[in-house]
Formats: sequence, C-alpha cells, structure tokens
Amino acid sequence: MSQISHDAASQNRSMVGFWIYLMTDCMLFAALFATYAVMRNATDGGPGGAALFDLPYVLVETMILLTSSLTAGLVLLARQAQNRKAVLSWLAVTGVLGVAFLVMELHEFWLLVHEGYSWTTNGFLSSYFTLVGTHGLHITVGLFWLLVLFAQIMRKGLTSSSNKRLVLFATFWHFLDVIWIFIFSIVYLWSGRL
Amino acid sequence: MFANLLGRLNLDALPHDPITGFGALSVVGAFVGILLLITVTKRWKWLWKEWLTSVDPKKIGIMYIILALAMLLRGGADALLMRMQQASAASAGGIVDANHFQQIFSAHGTIMIFFVAMGLLFGLINLIVPLQIGARDVAFPMLNALSFWLFFAGLALINTSLVIGEFSIAGWLAYPPLSGIAYSPGTGVDYWIWSLQIAGLGSLLSAVNFMTTIITMRAPGMSLMKMPLFTWTSLGSMAMVAFAFPILTVTLALLALDRTLGMHFFTADGGGNAMMYVNLIWAWGHPEVYILILPAFGIFSEVVATFSRKRLFGYVSMVGATAAIVVLSFIVWLHHFFTMGAGAAVNAFFGIMTMIIAIPTGVKIFNWLFTMYRGRIRFTTPMLWFLGFVVIFTIGGMAGVLMSIPPVDFQVHNSLFLVAHFHMMIIGGVLFGFFAGLTYWFPKIFGFRLNERLGTYAFWCWISGFLLAFMPLYALGLMGATRRLDHYDASLGWQPLFVVAAVGVLVIGLGVFFQVLQLAYSIYKRKAYRDTTGDPWGGRTLEWSTPSPAPEYNFAHIPSVSTRDAFWEQKSAKRSVSTEIFEAIHVPKNTSAPIGIAFFGFIACFAIIWHIWWLAAVGFVGAIALFIIRSMQSDTERAISARQVAAIEKRSREVTV
Repeated sequence: MSQISHDAASQNRSMVGFWIYLMTDCMLFAALFATYAVMRNATDGGPGGAALFDLPYVLVETMILLTSSLTAGLVLLARQAQNRKAVLSWLAVTGVLGVAFLVMELHEFWLLVHEGYSWTTNGFLSSYFTLVGTHGLHITVGLFWLLVLFAQIMRKGLTSSSNKRLVLFATFWHFLDVIWIFIFSIVYLWSGRL
Repeated sequence: MFANLLGRLNLDALPHDPITGFGALSVVGAFVGILLLITVTKRWKWLWKEWLTSVDPKKIGIMYIILALAMLLRGGADALLMRMQQASAASAGGIVDANHFQQIFSAHGTIMIFFVAMGLLFGLINLIVPLQIGARDVAFPMLNALSFWLFFAGLALINTSLVIGEFSIAGWLAYPPLSGIAYSPGTGVDYWIWSLQIAGLGSLLSAVNFMTTIITMRAPGMSLMKMPLFTWTSLGSMAMVAFAFPILTVTLALLALDRTLGMHFFTADGGGNAMMYVNLIWAWGHPEVYILILPAFGIFSEVVATFSRKRLFGYVSMVGATAAIVVLSFIVWLHHFFTMGAGAAVNAFFGIMTMIIAIPTGVKIFNWLFTMYRGRIRFTTPMLWFLGFVVIFTIGGMAGVLMSIPPVDFQVHNSLFLVAHFHMMIIGGVLFGFFAGLTYWFPKIFGFRLNERLGTYAFWCWISGFLLAFMPLYALGLMGATRRLDHYDASLGWQPLFVVAAVGVLVIGLGVFFQVLQLAYSIYKRKAYRDTTGDPWGGRTLEWSTPSPAPEYNFAHIPSVSTRDAFWEQKSAKRSVSTEIFEAIHVPKNTSAPIGIAFFGFIACFAIIWHIWWLAAVGFVGAIALFIIRSMQSDTERAISARQVAAIEKRSREVTV
C-alpha cells in the first residue's frame, strides 16, 4: 500500500471509530438525562430548579460555548488552508472561550453550594450536579486535548497526524455543544422560570 | 497522620476466619507461584516481549481466554460451595454462615458474567474476526491491548478483594438500598463497582474497535451480506456493547457517587429512588444477555455449516434475526422486575416484547436444523456441543417464554425456576457455544487439534451433570424455593432435590476434569495432532485459508472475495491464491503503554475503594500522562520485509507438504 492510501485508510478508520465513540458518549448522556428527568421533582421538600437557576446567567454561558463551537469550525477552515498561524490563533480563542464557560459553570456550582444546595441535599440536586458536571468534565478533557494539540502543532507544525486530530477534536467540541443545548433545554428551560 | 495516608485501609482488612483465609491464601499462593515459576524458568523477558507488550490480536485473544478459563474454575468453585451449602442446610447450618454465603453467590454471578463469559467473548472475537474478514489487524491495535489490560485490571481488583477487605454481599447486580452505604458500609460493594467499571471501560473500547474493524477493514469484495455469520453476530454484539455499556458506566458511577460523595440517587432518604437503579441496571443487563449469546449463535452457525458440509440454511434470515435481536433486546428490560408494580399496561408491553424476541431466536434454531437436514454430518465435539445446546436452550427458552407472561412471573419471580432458566441460557447457550468455538478454532490458534475422545467424555459429563443440576431447580422453584437461600426448613421436603442438584455439579466437575485432561494430553501429543493443512475440518470461511497457527500478519496476500463462504468457493473452484511474489507488511510495534495505563488505573480504583485520595490522584494522573505520551509517539509501526514474509510462508508450507 502506498503511503498516501495508507494514511487515508487510517484517517477513515479514525473517523469511523471516533463517531462510534461519540455514540457511546451520547448513550452515557442519555442515561444521565433520563435520571435527571426522573429525579427533577425529588427535592425532598427543598426548592426545585425554578427557584435555584439563574437563566440569564446560563444564557450567557450558552452563548460563550456556542461561539467556541464557531471558532472550532474556524480552526478547521484554517487547517484546510494549511495556515498554521491561523490554526493556532483560533485554537487559542476556542480554548479561552472554553475556560470562560468552565469558570462560569464552576461559579454557578459554587454559589449553589454556598447557599446550602449541594449534591448531598436531595436527589434532584444530585442528578443536576452529576449531569451538568459530567458535561463540564468533558469540556475539561476537551481543553486538555486542545492544549496537547496546540503544543504538538507549535513543535511539529501541521503534520498528517495533527491534521487528523484537529478534525476529531472539532467533532468532539461540536458534540459537547449539542449536548449542552439539550442541557440548556431540559435542565434549565424545563425548570420553567423565564 | 499515617492513618489518614492509608484512608480506611488497616490490618482489619486482612482475612480473619478460616474460609476467607483459605480463599486469600489460594489467591496469594497462585500469584506467588506464578511469579516464582516465571523467575525460575527465566521467562520474564520473553513474557514481556512476546506477550505483555504485544498488540497482536491473536496473542491478546489467547490471554483473554487463559484468564477467563482460570476464572471459570474460581466461579465454579463458588458454585460447588453453594450447592453443598443448600444440599446440607435443611434446618442444620450448612457449611458456611449467611454472610459468607452472600459473598459467595455475589462473587459467583459477577465473576461468571464479567470475567468468564465476557473474557471468552472478547478472546474469540480477537482471535477470529480479523481472520474471518481477511484483515491483518484490528483498527486500533494499541486500544485493543488497552482493552485487554483494563479487563485484567478489573479481574485483579476483584481477586484482591479476597485478600484485602471483603466481597459484596448485595448479589451480582448490587441492588440498592442494600448496596448503599447505609446497609453495606464496608469495601465489598466498592470493589464490585470499581472492578466492573474498569473492566467495562475496556469492553466499551473493544466495541468501538471491533465495530470499526468490521466496518472498514473487510477484504475487498466482502460486502456486508457476504460476511461470515460469526462476524455478523460479533458486529451485532459489539453494537449492543456500544449502546448498553455506557448505561452500566453511568449506573455504577451513580451508585459510587451515592456511596462516596453522599449523593441521593438510590438512597432510602433525600428523595432517592432505588427503582431507578433497577431500571438502569437492567437497561444494560438485558442487552448484556444478548451480547453474550449472539457470538455463540455465530459460532454455532459456522460449526453446523462446516460439519454438515452444507451452506448455512437461510443466511439472510439469520442476519435479519440477528439485527432484530439487537434492536428488540433494548426494549424488554422490564421483564426482570414485573413485580415492581409498573402497572398492567407497562407489564403487558414488556411481556409481549419478550415473547416477540423469542421469534428471531426460534428462526435461528430452525435454520440450524434445516442446515443439518440432508447434510453429511460429522459428530465432532463442536457438533456435540451444538446438539447439547439445542436441547438445553430450547427447554430454557420455553421456560423464558412462560415467565414473559406477567401473572406467571409473579408466581416464579426470584425463585429457583428463574435460576434454572437463566443458567440454561447462559451455560447451555453461551458457554456451550464458546466451548464449541474453542474446540473448533483451537487448531487455527495453536496449530494442533484437541483430542476428540476426551472431548466427547467431557461433553457427556457436562450435559448429564447440567441436566441433573438444573432440572430439579425448576421443580424446586415451583415448590416455592426462592433463590439465594442459605438455609431452609427440613419439613419443606426440598432437600432430596437439592442433593440431586449437588450431585449434578459434581458430574459437571468431572466434565471440567476431562477438559483439563484433554488440554494437557493434547499438548503432550501435539506433534501427532499437528494441523498441517491449515484447514483441518474442511472449513468454509477465510480463517481456514491461512496456515495454522496463523502468522503474525494473518495473510501474506489480502484475499479477494466474491461470494459467501469465500474459502469454500475458492477450494471448489480449485483457485490457488498463493503466488511467489511477496511484499513488505507493516505491523504495529509492541508497546508497554497499555499495561502501564491499566496498572495506573488499577492503582486509582484500589485507592478510591479505600479512600486513599492522594494515591487515587497518582493513579489517575499517571494513566492520563502515559496516554498523552503514547499519543505523541509517531514511530509505532515496523515492517516485515518481503524476504522475511517469503521465508515465513515457505516454512509454513514445508510443514504443510
């Protein structure tokens, strides 16, 4: 097999494998969403989501994450043009937006815990912290991945391996965006206070 | 300070009484014995280079199977203890106390499903699927090795519980609130959670890997509808792993969060909902049953066609039935708890779905029988396992359909009737299937056949012992005996049937003895039993077109396929595929990353179980760091030159002639 077709076959395998992995992750979130849907009224006498969530704040969070998905798309456009500098810049912007999202989420968690509504309070809050926290954990993993990619491209430039990984990373990031839209709808909007 | 450093681990964790002491000693003894043996024979370097760091799916498959068979002995010993207890526990105390009895049945179920059945499943898929689709490797060789080592880490963890700490008493599925921190404050349930969590992660990675392999790496010309049936059922099984195992991951994680961080998913207080756990665990658990049985169905399809010297009857309907089972298996989970009180409409839906899923299974049984019809049948041991399977699986399946009727299930729920039913499916179906597959493919893997006579003895002991051990349980269940009884009143009149069942287990033990003897004797006579043709049974699929044992690269030339039963057609057409011109073949290099990552994973899980948080962080960071370092490596392949390939092929052909 020639080197080019060898690379193409390997890229194809990675894409197929990664999509299957994303489906397994989708199932993981499905199970967490189902648990949240069952537990959302299990407040054990405490306040529900309507009293606890600050929707405008979460809307800002959402906008930040959506923008980071856009910049992740711009990374791929820069990759297509094989423009190393633009790839690195858009990666950096994506990373900063990701960190901003994460900080806002942690701040929201901190406020809740501070007001006495932690994951040990009741079943509803357990499932809330677990579902949203699992998404946050994925974002954290994505940020570390971004960092590794950034270092790899800084050192070695746009190799066939980093080109492949950029596509996988962007796919992962968009996937987390889609999951967040479900979280925004099912966790926050469903709590019913606009 | 020191106490804090070790979390809740202290000297009390070591076993204090004779029975667990014996268990601990045998685990430690076996471990030290193996280490000594390797040291004395100076095999460390060989073991590291040839096996522990290998990414060859054939070697990984062999390691899976060795571990799974060792665990089969361990789980079998648990079964023997349970039968002895129940045979002797009418009014009198029996041989173990209630607490130990609970640990034994919990360990038995957990080990048999997760480390025996899953181990044999992944072992056979590793060994055979790449060969059957005419591929040289799997899609992601490093991840494949990682899957194996994560499986090993889970297995090591569950056996560690024998020595340090205790095993769960909450049954093989650890229902809360019993498995919650309020009622199981010890480390048993935590061992259960984390050993399954880490092994389950391995299963998930395997599923991604083999789905990708089957989808992208088939030989040219092998369209989906030309794939061998074992590959089809493996694809179905792996798709189910990909969709079901994330649910297990979540369920275990939620239980761990309840226990470790004080959350309220399944607790009796704080708005927790234990029924949610039961739903979640069976949303994974029912597909799991079919994850195990589908590849066994695939094996039987290969075995029946080969030993009837006929094309498989109804290939298309076989594939259709497989696909139907994959889908339906996700919408029957509630039949495991009709008695929970979901209401008549919900119960009726799941009851009907359960009856419907029996139809594709029935289609398969008839297809195999029609394949045999007017075939030239050879009664080899794989064929005997198949025939035994048809009998047992049909009886067990009928019992299953009976229980799918909710009102009937209310009578036999959690009784020994159920225990008899699912052992008939899992031993008679899954295990017999894997035994058939192991005997059938043994020559391809090791280059020599197993002794047929001893195999026949083993089969007859297994099937007669099996019927003796489990038919009485149907009767006992109808008489009201529930599962997991450590004692019962003599006046109930159950003891004679329990004694029959215990005798049955001893007969199965004789069967296992013959299997061990068969293996030892065949190794001893391996020169005489050598498979010099690569095709000892008159096989039909591509794995028989390579020499036995298959070379590292599987195929010197990637075969091209135009029909089903590709190798059979090749033989009939007398088409020779071998040419004298070889090209260099790229194979992945060995890597120590998988075993290293799994080692750190093991450390992390062990530390979480014992609340040693700094060590958990070390394990976690170590595993991730190794993974990142590995992902930075670029030079991961080596080439086998055309001349070397020619030499290997020449050698195998000289043996052939």
